Amino acid sequence: MRRLLLIAIPYAWLVALFLVPFLIVVKISLSDVQLSIPPYTPTLEFSAGWTGIRDFFSQLDFENFVFLTEDSLYWKAYLSSLQIALVSTALTLMVGYPIALAMANAEQAWRPTLMMLVILPFWTSFLIRVYAWMGILSTEGFLNQFLLWTGVISEPLTILNTRVAVYIGIVYTYLPFMILPIYATLEKLDVSLLEAAEDLGCTRRQAFWLVTAPLSKPGVIAGCFLVFIPAIGEFVIPSLLGGSQTLMIGKVLWEEFFSNRDWPVASAVAVVLLLILVIPIILFQRNEQRQREAEQ
Amino acid sequence: MPDPKPSAQPVEFAPWVDPKAAPLISFRGVTKRFGDFTAIDNLYLDIFQREFFALLGPSGCGKTTLMRMLAGFENATEGTILLEGQNIGAVPPNKRAVNMMFQSYALFPHLTVWDNIAFGLKRSDMPKDQIPARVEDMLRLVQMQKFAKRKPHQISGGQRQRVALARSLAKAPKLLLLDEPLGALDKKLREETQFELMEIQEKTGTTFVIVTHDQEEAMTVASRIAVMDHGKLIQVDTPPVIYEAPKSVYVADFLGDVTVIEGRANRVGDIYEVSWAEGQPPLRCASPLTLAPDQSCFVAVRPEKVEIHADRPEDENVLQGKIVDIGYLGNLSTYHVQLANGQIIKAQNFNTERDTRRRFTWEEDVWVNWTVRCAILLER
Repeated sequence: MRRLLLIAIPYAWLVALFLVPFLIVVKISLSDVQLSIPPYTPTLEFSAGWTGIRDFFSQLDFENFVFLTEDSLYWKAYLSSLQIALVSTALTLMVGYPIALAMANAEQAWRPTLMMLVILPFWTSFLIRVYAWMGILSTEGFLNQFLLWTGVISEPLTILNTRVAVYIGIVYTYLPFMILPIYATLEKLDVSLLEAAEDLGCTRRQAFWLVTAPLSKPGVIAGCFLVFIPAIGEFVIPSLLGGSQTLMIGKVLWEEFFSNRDWPVASAVAVVLLLILVIPIILFQRNEQRQREAEQ
Repeated sequence: MPDPKPSAQPVEFAPWVDPKAAPLISFRGVTKRFGDFTAIDNLYLDIFQREFFALLGPSGCGKTTLMRMLAGFENATEGTILLEGQNIGAVPPNKRAVNMMFQSYALFPHLTVWDNIAFGLKRSDMPKDQIPARVEDMLRLVQMQKFAKRKPHQISGGQRQRVALARSLAKAPKLLLLDEPLGALDKKLREETQFELMEIQEKTGTTFVIVTHDQEEAMTVASRIAVMDHGKLIQVDTPPVIYEAPKSVYVADFLGDVTVIEGRANRVGDIYEVSWAEGQPPLRCASPLTLAPDQSCFVAVRPEKVEIHADRPEDENVLQGKIVDIGYLGNLSTYHVQLANGQIIKAQNFNTERDTRRRFTWEEDVWVNWTVRCAILLER
């Protein structure tokens, strides 16, 4: 009985804060748009009794989902989101892995400081940091001024309002999510494994690829999912840094909700996005579980 | 009784007494410092081919540093290390014909037993088609054929130890280093494994250098033992010599149990008489040492050499005391006999009979004695 109660608490939490809101979004996605408050129909009327509920369900349909497949804007947005998320995850991995490796190899006394430096940016507002990047990347920004001053370039580069700016923004924002899980696996790595590899004839480089890299795989996978999953639905970074040409599903979602006020279509976009994300989330969970099993 | 003819005995393995034998490993004035700390202090040591050489000492004595220098993970601050006459100071670990079995075994957790053993071979110049046969040989050597497909976390501690041994032997190194190889095993398994190690060492003919803090383990497996302390070799000898003829109180105390009595020696005929306490008879001791008259010295007696009697025996070195402690170990019992002046003498008796009543009991007055040849005289 007590065990049941204990399990009930997290389940109640999940039902109240995930399942119920999700079902509401699903319901809206099956509704039709209407000029009213709320801006969709039908709404559930309990006063009409059983017939009211039957009426309500008969008015729900998949129109909005069909619409998503008809307008090329949506699948283009999904594809470009996927692509931007994939590229920026790969870039974050390339930047984050060496940092995590250097942290894990740093002297014990230095590690808390280095960890602090990785986490420190979280102490300021995310929005302010993204605005700061606008100041750095714009045509008259610090980066261009610096490059012009050193004479590397003669014309200012256009970085802001391109995909490059979005990649920089995502890599910068999500870097700690990549570093921390990789660092956690590398830090646990037994140094004698690398010595054993060297003892058995490996060079340092070979030892890295044959021992360190495969053993840090769980951390790499965890880090990649922690970056990929939020990056795919990212809204703030593409809208502030990416300009009007950068198409991302998060932005489309925002516009449907707030500019078009078409809640049903926006909800359909959200539901499809969630379905796309469910696959990597399940894979992520599986990876975590496998790692836990291996540790036992 | 006449001595048996020397020719009737098998030729003993003792290259260290042969002045013509060339050592496999030679430490020449090796010093290793970590900052201010001197881990190895101007050390000279020769290790010969086919030896099973044990480095024994308390933790922090420098034995592990010595081994890591052989593996190539540490470089000597001063002096040279020769392997077959070649200075190996500049040779990195991956180029040395030396392999190491790590204390933690350091098996690669992401590889199967088979791949762990093949790991070194794949990095060597061995043709690819010969590798499987070599791995199978190694698996057979340590009797792990059935577990080739398992990952390290799917086998027991003893099995991991075997895999680690097979992996380090796979490349047929000239020298195998074993860092506390049996430390993680329980006592019974450890004892079995010691004999297996010896067997494998004999079968492969590899030179083994083992680091251990377990003196029983060193005594069992080693052809020679080096007792180390504070980066110095205190004594290097075969197990029987190091046990029966230690050259210092430190070695006598480190290997096995011992009672140490301090006194002053005087030569009487071919025997030393050590006077050590008022009201106690002098201890008579045969020794090859040459001591000045009245020189301060130690007498060390191993408990199993001390006999314990209910009545005064007609013998030498007889002391009277009272039993204050008994340690019952099953096969033998250790008695702590306190003399009138407070000195405790440890005596050990084999329990050769299945009598549950002990021969001696607490607070009983007894006599202890040992023969002239059984005590070890040590210089201060």
